Amino acid sequence: MTAPLLSIQGLTKAYPGVIANDDVSFDIAEGQVHALLGENGAGKSTLVKMIYGLVKPDSGQMTWRGAEFAPAEPRAARAAGVAMVFQHFSLFDALNVAENVALGMENPPAMRDLAARIKDVSENYGLPLDPFRTVGDLSAGERQRVEIIRCLLQDPKLLIMDEPTSVLTPQEVEILFQTLRKLKSEGTSILYISHKLEEIRNLCDHATILRLGKNVGECVPAETSARQMAELMVGDTLQTPTRTAKSGGEIMLKVQSLTAKSANPFGTSLKDISFTVRSGEILGLGGVAGNGQDELLAALSGELLTSPNTVIIRGKATGHLGPNQRRGIGTLAAPEERLGHAAAPNMSLVENALLTGSIRQGLTKKGFVNWKDTTQFAEDIIKAFDVRTPGSDRAARSLSGGNLQKFVIGREVLQDPDVLIVNQPTWGVDAAAAAAIRQALLDLAANGAAVVVISQDLDELMEISDNFGALNEGRLSNICPAAGLTIDEIGLMMGGAHGLDAPTQEVRA
Amino acid sequence: MDLSAINPVLLIASLMVAATPLLLAAIGELVVEKAGVLNLGVEGMMIIGAICGFAIAVETTNPYLGLLAAMAGGAVLSLLFAFLTQVALANQVASGLALTLFGLGLSALMGQSYVGIKPPAMAKLDIPFLTDLPIIGPILFGHDPVLYVGLALTAATWALLKYSRLGLILRAVGENHEAAHALGYHVVRTRVLAILFGGACAGLGGAYISLIRVPQWTEGMTAGIGWIALALVVFASWKPWRVLLGAYLFGGINVLQLNLQAAGVAIPVEYLAMSPYLITILVLVIMSADKSRAPASLGRIFHASQ
Repeated sequence: MTAPLLSIQGLTKAYPGVIANDDVSFDIAEGQVHALLGENGAGKSTLVKMIYGLVKPDSGQMTWRGAEFAPAEPRAARAAGVAMVFQHFSLFDALNVAENVALGMENPPAMRDLAARIKDVSENYGLPLDPFRTVGDLSAGERQRVEIIRCLLQDPKLLIMDEPTSVLTPQEVEILFQTLRKLKSEGTSILYISHKLEEIRNLCDHATILRLGKNVGECVPAETSARQMAELMVGDTLQTPTRTAKSGGEIMLKVQSLTAKSANPFGTSLKDISFTVRSGEILGLGGVAGNGQDELLAALSGELLTSPNTVIIRGKATGHLGPNQRRGIGTLAAPEERLGHAAAPNMSLVENALLTGSIRQGLTKKGFVNWKDTTQFAEDIIKAFDVRTPGSDRAARSLSGGNLQKFVIGREVLQDPDVLIVNQPTWGVDAAAAAAIRQALLDLAANGAAVVVISQDLDELMEISDNFGALNEGRLSNICPAAGLTIDEIGLMMGGAHGLDAPTQEVRA
Repeated sequence: MDLSAINPVLLIASLMVAATPLLLAAIGELVVEKAGVLNLGVEGMMIIGAICGFAIAVETTNPYLGLLAAMAGGAVLSLLFAFLTQVALANQVASGLALTLFGLGLSALMGQSYVGIKPPAMAKLDIPFLTDLPIIGPILFGHDPVLYVGLALTAATWALLKYSRLGLILRAVGENHEAAHALGYHVVRTRVLAILFGGACAGLGGAYISLIRVPQWTEGMTAGIGWIALALVVFASWKPWRVLLGAYLFGGINVLQLNLQAAGVAIPVEYLAMSPYLITILVLVIMSADKSRAPASLGRIFHASQ
């Protein structure tokens, strides 16, 4: 075997209070698809940032085809042949596709030539794209294409992909994998970061698993079961949520012909959405991000007001009621964005507990706050949901994403709602905590609540929901029982094939 | 009332003069905001430019050196803002307001011995034949050089932002500074340079008032033009040609209402005096009803952590 393309030896990087990477070593061979697996906070992102020259390692070294490799900045890494597709797209909404691509290149040709090359490459790799469209108007899948094409135009030797599939429909994932396989056949190495194990088994030749910054094992994914890899990642045995809920109770939430304009200029307006959720039922709503999820949550929580009869809660028309009035009748919601939407970043956990809990928990009296009870409520959430924080007086922003997510979901669940709407309940949460949150949602439904879970994690939706629907461009597909749906059927629903009601067995009425 | 006393050719020629300080300051601020920085210190940089330009022009008896000094003065003051917001990561709104107050106070101190002096005059463009043409002569070919610099600057800024690599990087930094950083662009450096450019433009605009338009030095003589420039950038949707239009509209109505006052029109002076502000804002609000929007990182503090 020839020398590896990139060899990493003993890379270590510490931030104040945390060691992001501790003596990590592995090799990437030429033409290999190498997976980097790990929980959030395992140090995957820091590691690839060092390869890409964004972060300097404290110690350790890298060699590139046998020569020492220490990129001081991304420019140097790009010159060597490293290209990166970022997890959170590094795109500029107000600029067009060609301009975005030009920004990622060292010496871009004139715009007209560049546009022609973008067209060439995009068609060659099966990723059609119009160079003059504004990126802000593109779907998540199309935006990722922009990033990939930006990389491909530099003819990379090593392509780093950080969680590329988290925003794609199953069909889009298949297209992406075809592109990646084509690249591999042309000799490009790929470093593929993900925590979706089935994808890695499907695509990758070799996997390195990180836990708490350390390399805890390597494996050949095709020969290792997903469960084994998951347990290597977590370092513990996994518990699968158990469900006891049965649907078929009274109708708690009824949405009929809900049409609403998005408050965000790049948002998606809701178009004629109707569904019902019964007591004890969990309705899972899938769909690629940006297809109306935020707007639907806003319309159900009361942030976005609509005409009274579009949202009916326990027979009461509530479309015109604001969030606090809806909380008063037992309808709670936890939005996706933790910092700034679900929680006020600079306020303490106690104050954040008060913000949504004051009405149902009776934490205010004649306009004055009962801090004693409020603190108790916050402490209860921290205890019940295993939120790791030094104390309830800490600011919300000081918590890690996963811990804050547990707090935000716990705050609503502990208020014992009749109807709960959550968006991306386990986004950025590690596997153990995600399982705990899903269990809490299942328990809530088992106790008679109606739960709407909006998520982009299809595995999660299949695991906990009774019925499934998908949002596409602000429209809702037919609602089908989740049990027995195939990935293809889900993909069609997410892609907006409303007419092809293949799997529909009519909603349980 | 004698409206016939208003000469339309002179009116147009003088509205171009009235609009130039506003245009210069607003183009500078437009570049700064395109880079994602909100500098509310335009008024302060203008007045510093006005006194620096005035003082140097008087001392050297060379108005061109005065203009250079004005640009340097405005840029130096903006460097203070750049340090506060880009290095010390201070709040941009508060720093900008402080810059304006500081500039007003410092200029009054610097200008104490210059009150009541006449600066050296600047030669006007005089092209034989062309300048003597009726109507278009005085409008197009009879101005001071700085006025043409203002127009050229507008065109250059537009072309630079739209077509050049530098302009693309500037817009990228203003649009999403994290992504620009991730791609390896120097966010802070780009912004500091933009702030310096904005300071120099504001300084030049200030000196235009003290050396050409008025020309004399009085305390606080910029009289809120810096604030109008800030508003103009927003209402012009960060587009250079709209800034030009807005500046000329504002200058035009201003000159017109002064003429109307002089002609004794039976409208109270206060209404006439407020009309340029109202009409300019009204027109630009109507024009900005398309979907163009502010640079997404405008006013946000950038720190390259992680």
